Amino acid sequence: MTTALHPEKTAAQPPSTVDGIRAVGRDYLDRLRGGELGSLPAILGLVVLCVIFAIMRPVFLSNLNFANLLTQGAGSIAIAMGLVFVLLLGEIDLSAGFASGVCAAVLAVLLTDQGWPWYSAVLAAVLTGMLIGLVLGVLVARIGIPSFVVTLAAFLAFQGIVLMLLEEGTNISINDPVILAIANDNLPPVLGWVLLGVGVGGFAAVQLRQMRNRRRRGLTTAPPVLVAARIGGLALLGGIAVHLLNQERSRSLVVDSVKGVPIVVPVIVALLVIGTFVLSRTSFGLHIYAVGGNHEAARRAGINVTAIRVSAFVICSSLAAVGGIIAASRGHSVDPNTGGSNVLLLAVGAAVIGGTSLFGGRGRLINAVLGGMVVAVIQNGMGLMGYSSGVKYAVTGSVLLVAAGVDALSRRRAVRR
Amino acid sequence: MTVTPILELRGIDKSFGPVQVLHDVAFSAYPGEVTALVGDNGAGKSTLVKCIGGIHSFDAGEYLFEGERVQVNGPRDAAALGVEIVYQDLALCDNLDIVQNMFLGREKRRGPILDEATMEEMAARTLAGLSVRTVKSVRQQVSHLSGGQRQTVAIAKAVLWNGKVVILDEPTAALGVAQTAQVLELVRRLADNGLTVVLISHNLNDVFAVSDRIAALYLGRMAAQVRTTDVTQSQVVELITSGRSGDLGLATTNGATA
Repeated sequence: MTTALHPEKTAAQPPSTVDGIRAVGRDYLDRLRGGELGSLPAILGLVVLCVIFAIMRPVFLSNLNFANLLTQGAGSIAIAMGLVFVLLLGEIDLSAGFASGVCAAVLAVLLTDQGWPWYSAVLAAVLTGMLIGLVLGVLVARIGIPSFVVTLAAFLAFQGIVLMLLEEGTNISINDPVILAIANDNLPPVLGWVLLGVGVGGFAAVQLRQMRNRRRRGLTTAPPVLVAARIGGLALLGGIAVHLLNQERSRSLVVDSVKGVPIVVPVIVALLVIGTFVLSRTSFGLHIYAVGGNHEAARRAGINVTAIRVSAFVICSSLAAVGGIIAASRGHSVDPNTGGSNVLLLAVGAAVIGGTSLFGGRGRLINAVLGGMVVAVIQNGMGLMGYSSGVKYAVTGSVLLVAAGVDALSRRRAVRR
Repeated sequence: MTVTPILELRGIDKSFGPVQVLHDVAFSAYPGEVTALVGDNGAGKSTLVKCIGGIHSFDAGEYLFEGERVQVNGPRDAAALGVEIVYQDLALCDNLDIVQNMFLGREKRRGPILDEATMEEMAARTLAGLSVRTVKSVRQQVSHLSGGQRQTVAIAKAVLWNGKVVILDEPTAALGVAQTAQVLELVRRLADNGLTVVLISHNLNDVFAVSDRIAALYLGRMAAQVRTTDVTQSQVVELITSGRSGDLGLATTNGATA
């Protein structure tokens, strides 16, 4: 988005639409050349992967598989969104996977063994996540232990805590219908449309209000056509998704009817919207970027760098708790492997593949969602093609490495300028 | 001299442990003028500036602002008086845009939401007030700017907060010829707009190009504070290297015999 320095000039003669679009396009190309690829590689990767899998295994495109993909990816997307906050500071949280496991175990113990109502158990799980984040954050930001070491230690310790909570590895099943519904049930088709309408309407209202406000003050805005295209694009993509998800996808209608948007989808979208608002519209979010970009400059500007660091870890572990709850719901149970094995690496992969920089200061929450979709598509598509887990891991690892390589190269390019 | 200096230091002593860095230093800066602070490495320029900016406290001496004695116990006190320091490393966040950098830590908000439009207007107005034409858009990321443009942003940031005294630490040290000229032009314009500018520089060409007064530090003592038009470059070089030049400078130069 370009903004002219001399507002009075632009107010006098608003640039023609074509010029405006051309300027926006040029600006975007400039940024790409400058090494700010953002989500572009993830979007391209997603398209390419989907085309490949759709050709090799047509069932990949089935409605059932589309819904599956979303619910498969949801847990690690939630964790990845939390990781974005920590990655923005240039830190890492290796314990996020097992933090989600600990929170899921707390949920399961309280829900099934202690008979707590679902809302208290969920609250307790999220509070556990916040406490974990607080401890990690204080160790990193106040004591000054590198986050890599703190969270590596926590990775081991939390694995132990999960075992202790589950009494040496027994599996606790989840029977609460509300918790089970999160990852296994769907919205009624009508509600899916209503939520989409509310979402698109809200987005349009915010965009148009912003544009009107800036116009009134004589500041340059994105060309109206582009704003309209953004709103229309969201409505179209959302409409297609809701339409597909509202199709019948039950294998035999006699047993059950399965249609509607999976409940996890609005949950993830809500987290995405709230988190994006915090990161891009509040001082707190700006300060996270500032600390990640140049913590000395942030300190001199009077920002409480320690508090920002600690809060990023708190947010990360809290979102890991949400991821753990989703995983518990999807698995119908919590066992010592919840949040273990590849969960963390898939989540880090999701954030980085989506375009969050490992060097701090660059990244958005939508990156985690797009990257999470790429990871889910790889896992799901390769599963359909009958590859073993070994191959899936190897491929996902390679994709993560490629994404980190793109990040490092584009950063070098940005620094050279 | 009938004009009162906006910023005046008298008899400043400062020691770090057993090492006395500043001895009985007097320094004054006047509105609408560029005062150059020169001196060899280790002469105490940075220490003096940090005392003015409130980063270091001093052991003895008086700090007068607009003719009144003030206590400056930290950077915030200095900022409250209207003293802004632009450090050599600029302290800008590369991943943020110009507006975000200028308002960092002091964002304008409406409720919990950043008031981007107001900040953008104020930033653009400040840059326009400094007749800055080298910056294409205030929404550019700082990582995309040249060294001179970054310096401009850092200076504009200081001016934005109604700084009365702007202290620039070696603003042209890392710049090429054309960009140095741009920045010096901006420095001159700041003073012409009525601000008090203190310019720390090693480059005497720069100093003679823009300054109205020159203050030369020699081994922690103020060798002389003179009008730029009253001295020649070689006199200033002598002040910097030996603490005196003809009848200018320290009466007995401490350490000169050593």
